[in-house]
Amino acid sequence: MTYKINALGKLILGVALATAGLAAQAAPEGKVKIGFMLPYTGTYAALGNAITNGFKQYVAENGGKLAGREIEYYTVDDESDPAKATENANKLVKRDKVDVLVGTVHSGVALAMAKVARENKTLLIVPNAGADEITGPLCAANVFRSSFSAWQPAYAMGQVVAQKGMKKVVTVTWKYSFGLQSVEGFKEAFEKGGGKVVKDMTLPFPNVEFQPFLTEIAALKPDAVFVFFAGAGAAKFVKDYTAAGLKNSIPLYGPGFLTDGNLDAMGEAGKGVQTTLHYADGLDNKKDSAFRLGYVKAYKMQPDVYAVQGYDAAQLYQAGLSAAAGDAAKQDVVIKGMEAARIDSPRGAFTLSRAHNPVQDIYLREVQGGQNKVLSTAVKALADPARGCKI
Amino acid sequence: MDFASFLIQTLNSLQYGLLLFLVASGLTLVFGIMGIINLAHGSFYMIGAYLAFVLASSTGSLFSAILLGIPLALLFGAFLEWALFAHLYKRDHLEQVLLTYGLILVFEEVRSLLVGDEVHGVEIPAMFGGSIPLTEVLNYPVYRLVISAVCIVLAIALYLVIQRTRLGMMIRAGNHDRTMVEALGININMIYRVVFALGVALAALAGMLASPISSVFPNMGNHVLIISFVIVVIGGIGSVWGALAAALIVGFADTFGKVLLPELSGMVVYLVMAAVLLWRPEGIFKKG
Repeated sequence: MTYKINALGKLILGVALATAGLAAQAAPEGKVKIGFMLPYTGTYAALGNAITNGFKQYVAENGGKLAGREIEYYTVDDESDPAKATENANKLVKRDKVDVLVGTVHSGVALAMAKVARENKTLLIVPNAGADEITGPLCAANVFRSSFSAWQPAYAMGQVVAQKGMKKVVTVTWKYSFGLQSVEGFKEAFEKGGGKVVKDMTLPFPNVEFQPFLTEIAALKPDAVFVFFAGAGAAKFVKDYTAAGLKNSIPLYGPGFLTDGNLDAMGEAGKGVQTTLHYADGLDNKKDSAFRLGYVKAYKMQPDVYAVQGYDAAQLYQAGLSAAAGDAAKQDVVIKGMEAARIDSPRGAFTLSRAHNPVQDIYLREVQGGQNKVLSTAVKALADPARGCKI
Repeated sequence: MDFASFLIQTLNSLQYGLLLFLVASGLTLVFGIMGIINLAHGSFYMIGAYLAFVLASSTGSLFSAILLGIPLALLFGAFLEWALFAHLYKRDHLEQVLLTYGLILVFEEVRSLLVGDEVHGVEIPAMFGGSIPLTEVLNYPVYRLVISAVCIVLAIALYLVIQRTRLGMMIRAGNHDRTMVEALGININMIYRVVFALGVALAALAGMLASPISSVFPNMGNHVLIISFVIVVIGGIGSVWGALAAALIVGFADTFGKVLLPELSGMVVYLVMAAVLLWRPEGIFKKG
């Protein structure tokens, strides 16, 4: 009896192996392999999904193809964990042999991915993480970004606040690199415009006990306050700031992360807060209307800046692949095509800088009726200075 | 720093310290009396905040949410004690750490499945929505004063329960000598269950009270947990008075640290803990 089952087992195993082998052979060699390394669990899961949705939407709009080539997706959940980043990236690069890596949200994980991409000469498109280093000191021929650098929106805000004639500003942020880079970007433009940052306040991430800082701000009486916080911490800061009565006398400014994805949690407190970002609600362009309509139809929810960045990652790769007539293996030609591309994005058209970061318009937005409504273009075609980049 | 700022920062310190006391008192009771290191205590704070969010959005008011939330938290605590913690009393601390760390992961995953990972807000009840002008630009939100008042009332109530009631007497006795208390025919298991449920309810209540000012978000209990352990260590394990004194010390150290020593602001609390431990290795209120 046992013998029979074993024989049967062997038979089934053999058939399974044979069909698996056939399947592997039968798969068209022609498919371009896209490797998504994004957060699908944890705090950033919604962002990872939005990026994936945006990317797939563009591919779907092109009949499921990029530059006429069929697409095959490989997916890894990076869990926003820098400790697992190298291993996860290697899974896609070495095991799945993807043609392009797309990821990720968390800057620490993205830095590790950039390292793997440089070592293996794999093409990488970063659809969110804004660490200045990625298109700064760590820039590389095969590393691209479809989002922004931390410096960009903050620098734009510095110009805006200086132009409003404000002289004395206090900054508050978490003491981690993205926050500090934002404050640096703001300070650079603001002090160039004749203002002075009178005090930088920092607190360890992810502390949210802001009350002592509010008292300190009230004592210093600056003309304005510039803050970088995101997510839950941002919602709490804006609520505390409003509850302390400071918003009426000292206006609050920040990069768009202050009010993106948490307007619901802020409620009334967020009303009137002005931020700068490369995307906004109510942008008056055809591409954005079409994109938003398509996204709502496909996914039954509203798109956000992350979906736009995913969508543009697909557009960027399509541009490169078209230049190489669909041959993903000709990486030099693909890269040249991406460098030369002019992307018709829902955020407004953009090109890439020498360091492969978008040269894009940054909008001034204001929270109105639960949306980040565009007020004006704060800076047109702002390029990241890419300090330390040697390409 | 001028005198007005000093007074306001004092007010900030008191409010922060009192809220921390609410979380830390449960932690120190469970640790001191039952001998359980409960890493999941911060999760009860998070669960409280989410309860407030869910109940307040279905009932329309934070008051009813808290009134419903407290018995739910008590029941949940009693259930957990019966199902899991009751099996840990005789185990060593490593196993307690493993189980309670596992619970953090489970609670976060269940939270993610049930309510998702978004950030939520809870409205401050309209009657406490106002604020009191302190200086020409700064107001102090009434709701923060309400939190402080509730914490003070609870601290007094806790004192009365522990010092003046029969239950409190049994709790104190259980703290000293478990075997003797059992020999006297007191149902020590029931006392443990009550203490644990009380600890869970206190942490959950702190989360519910804090939800309108802190927002409601994933992993919100983690930072509170670490600070609560610092408080328990400074105050002396098992001492509710120690927890109150230590919570206020931490509130003051953190608040004034941020203003006076901004470069060290992340470390001030830990420096204070080190200093206290050098002076009294067992914590301020630990006897013998």
